[in-house]
Amino acid sequence: MMNFINLILSGLATGAIYALVAIGFTLLWQTSQTINFAQGEFVMVPAFFVLAALNLGMPLPIALLVGLALSMLVLGVLFKNLLVDPMLRHGVLPLAICTMALSIFLKETVKEVYSAEASPFPSFLPEGNLIVFGATISIQSVSIFVFAICAVLALQAFLARTSTGRQMQATAQNPYVAKLLGVPVKRMIMYTFLINAALVALASFLISPVYLAKFSAGETLGLAAFIAAIVGGFNQIRGAIVGGLLLGIVDNLAAAYISTQYRGAVPLFLLIAVILFRPQGLMGRAEERTV
Amino acid sequence: MKLFAATLLVSAAFVAPALAQTNAPIKIINVGELSGPGATVGTNFKNSADLAVAEINAKGGILGRKIEIVHFDTQTNPGVARALVQKAIDENPYAIMGPGYSGSVKVSAPLAAQAGIAQVMGGEAAELTQLGFNTLFRTSFGQQSSMPKIAKYIAENLKAKNVAVIWVNNDFGKGGRDMVTKELTARGVKVTADISTEAGQADFAADVVKAKSGNPDAIFIYLNEEESARALRELKRQGVTVPLVGETTLIGQKVIELAGDAANGARGHIGLTVDAPNDNLKAYGKKFQEKYNYIPDHNGIKGYLGVYMIKAATEKMGKVDQKGLPDALKGLTILAAKEPGILMDLTIDKNGDLDRDSFLAFVENGKQVVKETLPKMSK
Amino acid sequence: MSRSVLLKTFGVLIVGALIFLPLTLNRYGIYIMSLWAIMTIAAMGLNLTLGYAGQVSLAQGAFVGLGAYTVAIMMSAGFGFWLPLLIAIVITFAVGWLLGYPALRVQHHYLAFVTLAFSTLVFLVFRNEEWLTKGIYGIMGFKRPSAFGVSFQKPIEFYYFTLGALALASAFMAWLVRSPWGRAFVALRENPVRALSLGVDTRRYTLMAFAIGSAMGGFSGALYAPLVEFVDPTPFTLALSLNLLMMVIVGGSGFFFGPFLGAAIGVLLPEWLRFAHGWYLTIYALFVMILLIKTPTGILGIIENMIAARKTRAASAARAAASAGLDKV
Repeated sequence: MMNFINLILSGLATGAIYALVAIGFTLLWQTSQTINFAQGEFVMVPAFFVLAALNLGMPLPIALLVGLALSMLVLGVLFKNLLVDPMLRHGVLPLAICTMALSIFLKETVKEVYSAEASPFPSFLPEGNLIVFGATISIQSVSIFVFAICAVLALQAFLARTSTGRQMQATAQNPYVAKLLGVPVKRMIMYTFLINAALVALASFLISPVYLAKFSAGETLGLAAFIAAIVGGFNQIRGAIVGGLLLGIVDNLAAAYISTQYRGAVPLFLLIAVILFRPQGLMGRAEERTV
Repeated sequence: MKLFAATLLVSAAFVAPALAQTNAPIKIINVGELSGPGATVGTNFKNSADLAVAEINAKGGILGRKIEIVHFDTQTNPGVARALVQKAIDENPYAIMGPGYSGSVKVSAPLAAQAGIAQVMGGEAAELTQLGFNTLFRTSFGQQSSMPKIAKYIAENLKAKNVAVIWVNNDFGKGGRDMVTKELTARGVKVTADISTEAGQADFAADVVKAKSGNPDAIFIYLNEEESARALRELKRQGVTVPLVGETTLIGQKVIELAGDAANGARGHIGLTVDAPNDNLKAYGKKFQEKYNYIPDHNGIKGYLGVYMIKAATEKMGKVDQKGLPDALKGLTILAAKEPGILMDLTIDKNGDLDRDSFLAFVENGKQVVKETLPKMSK
Repeated sequence: MSRSVLLKTFGVLIVGALIFLPLTLNRYGIYIMSLWAIMTIAAMGLNLTLGYAGQVSLAQGAFVGLGAYTVAIMMSAGFGFWLPLLIAIVITFAVGWLLGYPALRVQHHYLAFVTLAFSTLVFLVFRNEEWLTKGIYGIMGFKRPSAFGVSFQKPIEFYYFTLGALALASAFMAWLVRSPWGRAFVALRENPVRALSLGVDTRRYTLMAFAIGSAMGGFSGALYAPLVEFVDPTPFTLALSLNLLMMVIVGGSGFFFGPFLGAAIGVLLPEWLRFAHGWYLTIYALFVMILLIKTPTGILGIIENMIAARKTRAASAARAAASAGLDKV
């Protein structure tokens, strides 16, 4: 029983990370039809911004802020202006392929510029363990879970309660009509990219102490994010949370009770099952086909 | 006078090419994993090889000739590795180094054997030296040498009856797991849990749960350095107290740094470590860290002493003879006192396997402490 | 000289180079050219799926793996080469059909994820099912094929074998594209709704394109096995599928010769960029991104645009000259 609780708890912690990464992914798709295959690498990069800042001698809190700012600049503004805007006129598919190339570019650049080795990453959370329901869980895992949930709730509140948030929702639902109604569509789309950059930076700072900062850290995370987003529902932010948490738990339970050799396969089966039987995802609305 | 001048000219014509020959650099081609999943393995090997070459050249080279080393990237793909070893052979090097991944070694070894060029590589799979390629040489223990020592320790010193085995699912990890399972079973020890993990895996909760479930007396861990650190942390978090046994990749300095005090109590067999009570190894570790800014892993050590193996064999021959190099390497004993670059006294047997001292070490208080030296088989 | 004569001469030169150039190369060069031929076949299959039928497949690498393993396993069991080759093509076609059937119920970007999942699954099966595939240790020891008493063992002989295979695959593709099926595929890509309204069974044709494309991947894999003479799971990951996708895109998706050009770039680029050491992948990725931003139709697309632009300019100039003449009247 203790083991089961252990698995659920650590599954929730990992799942919270998947959720954070999946939300940004969903947001980008909703507002600008961008399928970002480089999302995993987006989570890998901010950690290296911070490491560079630390190497320059900055204290940790400043380095984290610098990392956040650089992420928003590079992964938000530059990404949108240099890559997404020029590519969008060619269509969804070419942009998706372009992000595949981008993921290779980011990975190899970090490997060459920084190192092929995994680097330790300092944690801004305290070390130590807690006892929850009789099982030992690290403070780190609990904090990750709490941070992620708070970020998601904050995002939800922002989107639903503030005027800017509602304008962003309008842009996501129907950009043409939103423009007609006077919503500054381009600026709203830029906001989504900035929010995504902030979310991936947060995810990066939370997991890098455990995962270590390595150029290849993005591969599995990216795949997990796609699966979480689709399983949860590609057109609903709530879906990304549900998808992420579900994925984290299912992955752990499958590894412990079925087979560790095929643990990578279970999320994929989940994905295929969802796509076949409920393509809009567990929490998504069925998408209308536009003619 | 004219005759004298003519003789001088003619002799010069004979001597000049010979002079040019003696000054021509010795070409070594290293075919390694510089991108793809094996990037860490190949990069460590490459960096250390470069370090060794720079050191040797600074002291005048081998028999007065400098070494020129070139690196090819296999992208951790055996098909590419085969192509590149073929390319290397076409360029007629003095010796070939690498690859590190056993699959890439297997596919390229026949080519090197056919061409008669010595191949000094980093693969650890047991079968590599048993396939009959007489130009293939290891730079570390094969798993057929290290696993019996570990199994012996688990069965006799720890008196364990049940063992859980956690291993990384690539050719390195699987080879070790197959070998250790065979050796443990032969000594009457039961493997209660056989847990495969993925390279780059971050979450070990499920694996530790599985390991605990069989109530093992000891747990054997055979992962790469980063994953070892994460596994150690998870084992500590879940309150596992049975002995954790492994190899270099479990108790190396790198793992200790990443795992913190979760590493205390772990123990294992190490062939090579920059922390051994061996000044040469410590010096190498320091030099590497100064040049590259990180602690080398066991693949780095392989790359370093691979170059020195080639140097020692060439000096034994007294001449730079590509065709004679494989035979010169076989049966060669290199003493660290005479050639510090070899790091520890070493004998190469006729199959290309290495015979060398190794150590049993524990991690105590964040440091690796050698408890016992396990001598060479041939002593 | 008229354009078609120019093109024909160019074509003859290329074919001549493909036949005679390898005689001057060393073993490595010949190996690389054989690899190029094999990758072109796989890329052609993907081009059919992506470029002609407009579907994204991220599993082409897995199909190459399926073909390679089928041949390796059967040859190790004692069969020759030809029967395993046939079986490999049949199996990959069938798997492609079975995979595509349910997956094509959903929108096209979902097929990308399903093939992504399939790709990873297949790799896991290759690696874990040791009893069948020898797992991570790989299969070795099978020989290169021979036919009618001619052996293809030596590098140059095997190269001509792969070149012949490529010629065969190209002929098949050419026939397919020009056939009514080919036209249906293009209709699917350009405007699926209109195609539907015209009575084209979009789902069936898309499925056919995907299955045939996958079978070509299997064919390519069946040739890959005897080239490397070693089959293990490591090459057949998602990375290979992405590589093939890049080849099709860079060459020009939807163009007949796109895969040829794309495969040449993909296989030869590490060579050309050798001076850049570890940076060559970065440079390649950057090149792909910039190319895509300029035009999503690849290098052949750029060339086509240039030719079209020149033609337009010539036509406009002619029109201007003609209408100037008219004004005078």
